[in-house]
Amino acid sequence: MSDASQRCELARISEQYPDICDKLLTPKEAVARYVKNESMIAIGGFTINRNPMALIYEMVRQRVRDLHLVAHSNGQGLDVLVGAGCVRRLEVAYGGNGRFAPTCFRFRKAVERGELLVEDYSNYQMTLRFLAGALSVPFVPTKSGLQTDLVRYEGFSEEMRAAECLPKKKLIVTPNPFGTDGDDVLLLPALTPDVTLLHAQYVGDDGTVRIKGLSFADLEQAKAAGAVIVSCEEIVPRWYLRQDPDQNCLPPFLVDAYVLAPYGAHPTACHYFYDYDPAHLNMYKVMAKDDAQWQRYLDEWVYGVADHEDYLDKVGGSALMRIRADSVLGFAPGLDRR
Amino acid sequence: MREEDIVPNTETQVLQYTSREMMAIAAGRFIRNGDVLFAGTGVAMLAACVAKRIHAPKAVVFFETGGIDPALTELPLAVADPRVMDETSMNSGLIESFSIVAHRKLHTIAFLGAAQVDRYGNLNSTCIGDYHKPTVRFSGSGGACDAGSLASAFIVFMQHGRRKFVEQLDYLTTPGWLTGGDSRRAAGFARGGPIAVVSDLGVMKFREDSKEMYLAEYYPGVTIDEILEHTGFQLDASDAVEAIPPNEKELRILRTNVDPQRLILG
Repeated sequence: MSDASQRCELARISEQYPDICDKLLTPKEAVARYVKNESMIAIGGFTINRNPMALIYEMVRQRVRDLHLVAHSNGQGLDVLVGAGCVRRLEVAYGGNGRFAPTCFRFRKAVERGELLVEDYSNYQMTLRFLAGALSVPFVPTKSGLQTDLVRYEGFSEEMRAAECLPKKKLIVTPNPFGTDGDDVLLLPALTPDVTLLHAQYVGDDGTVRIKGLSFADLEQAKAAGAVIVSCEEIVPRWYLRQDPDQNCLPPFLVDAYVLAPYGAHPTACHYFYDYDPAHLNMYKVMAKDDAQWQRYLDEWVYGVADHEDYLDKVGGSALMRIRADSVLGFAPGLDRR
Repeated sequence: MREEDIVPNTETQVLQYTSREMMAIAAGRFIRNGDVLFAGTGVAMLAACVAKRIHAPKAVVFFETGGIDPALTELPLAVADPRVMDETSMNSGLIESFSIVAHRKLHTIAFLGAAQVDRYGNLNSTCIGDYHKPTVRFSGSGGACDAGSLASAFIVFMQHGRRKFVEQLDYLTTPGWLTGGDSRRAAGFARGGPIAVVSDLGVMKFREDSKEMYLAEYYPGVTIDEILEHTGFQLDASDAVEAIPPNEKELRILRTNVDPQRLILG
C-alpha cells in the first residue's frame, strides 16, 4: 500500500475527519464501489482543465468496460477513457484538447474505426441536458441547433435506444407551444448519469466542496447524478470554507465519496494549484497518434503504476515544480507552453 | 499549409508579415467598442487581443467555459486554459456563458473555425464522409453550433482550399444562412448569421438579400484568380478590392505584446 492510501486509511482510522470518514476513500475504493461496467458516467472539467485524472486512471487500471460516457468537452479524460477501451457509448459535444489536439487522437481513431457508438450534441445542449437532469425534468428546450445535422443524424438507432432503456429519441423539433407558427424549438432529453466524477480544489472536513476558477458544467453534472465522487487537492477545516460560503458549490449531502488526490487533475490544470503540463501533453500527443506507442503510454503511465502516488513519483518533482501555479495568478506564468 | 508564406507589402516601406498575421488583423478590424466577443483560441484569440489593444479597448472577450473579460496577459491555448480565469470580471460556467451569447441586449460576435464552409456560411466541424462511418472525424460542435445559433453575428476563420470551401458540406454542424434568403429566420432563429469568412487569402462577406458568399477583399500579393481557384463553389468577385495591409503598429503589438512566444503565430 502506498503512502497516499495509507494517509487515507490513517485519516479514517484516526477519525481525523469524523464527519466524512465513512465517505473518504482511496481512488481504488471509490471507483470499485461506484463505477460498474455499463455505468453511465459524467466527468468534470473541460479539455485541459480540472479533469478528474486520478479517478480516470483508476477506472482504466480496474479495466472498467462498456461505459456510457456523457460529455460536453472533456478532452484529456475522455481521450484516455476511450483510448483504453473503457467506453462503448459516447454522447459528446467536443472531442478536442485545444492546441494540444484539435481532435483528440484516440477519440478520432475509435470513431473512424467504428469502435465506439457516438451521438453528437453541442456544448450548450449537453449542459442543458445535465441541467434538466439536475432539475428532475424529463427534457429541456433550446433554440440552438435548429436545421443542423445534429438534428438530422442520429448516432444511436431507435432500436438500440429502446433495447437499452435510453430516451426514445435523440431530440425532438417542435413548434414553441406558447408561440406562433414557425417558431420551432429543440427538445433535448435530460441526462441522469449513474456517477459523476469531478476534481475540486477544496473539500471541508464537513464535506463542503469548493471549486476555484471556472466551474464549467461540473455542478449541473453533479446534481444530475445518482452518485458523486469528488477528488480534491486539499481537505481543509470547515471554518475556512464556512467563513466565505458564497464561494462554495456543493453541500456534503450531495457527495457520496471523497478522494484526497493532490495533483489529481494532472496533466490537466487545477486553478491556483498547478497549470496544465505542456511537456506531458506534447508527449501524449506523439504517443496517442500511434497504436503501438499508445499501448506503451498506457503500460507506462497507467497500468505500470500502482496508484496515484506512484504516478506522481513517475511524473517527478521537477516537472510538478515547473507547472506549480503562482498563488496570485492561479497559473504558472512564463511556463514553456510550446 | 500557407502559414509559411510571406506576403510582401506593396507600399514603398516594405513590411513583411505572414498570412496568419494578416488574418488576425483583418478579423480584428470587424471588432468595435462595446462588442461582446465569444472567442475561441487560435487566430480568433489573436484578432480579439489586437483589436482590444488598438481600436476597440472597450470590446469585451469572454469564453464559452465561463471566463468573462480576463486580463489575457498570457495567451490561452484552449478555452479552458487557466489564463481565461485570470483577473476576470467573473468566473462562471457554461450555462452562464451561453446565456450571454444569446442575450438580447448585447451585440455578441462569435469567432469560429471549421473544417468546411459552404456558400451560405454553414459550417462543418464534425466529420468527412458518412456520419456513421466517417473517413475523418473532427472534434464536433463544441460551442460552435450554439454560438452560430444564438450570437448576434459570427465570423469564420478558414484556410482557403477547394476541400474546405465546398459546394456541399459533409455534415452541417453550425447554422449559417442555411439555404440563403430568409431561411435562417424561417428556421426559428431570431437573429445572427455569419458576417464574414476570413481566410489566409482574403475576406468574404455575404450578400444582403441572397445571403450568398462573395469576395470582398483579397490580401496584397494574392490574386482574385488564386482565390477563385481555391474555392470549391462559384464565388462572386465583382466587388473585390485589395485589403489594407497591416501597419507597423498592428504588427508590433501582435508580435511583441499579444503573442511574443509565437504560440499561435507559429
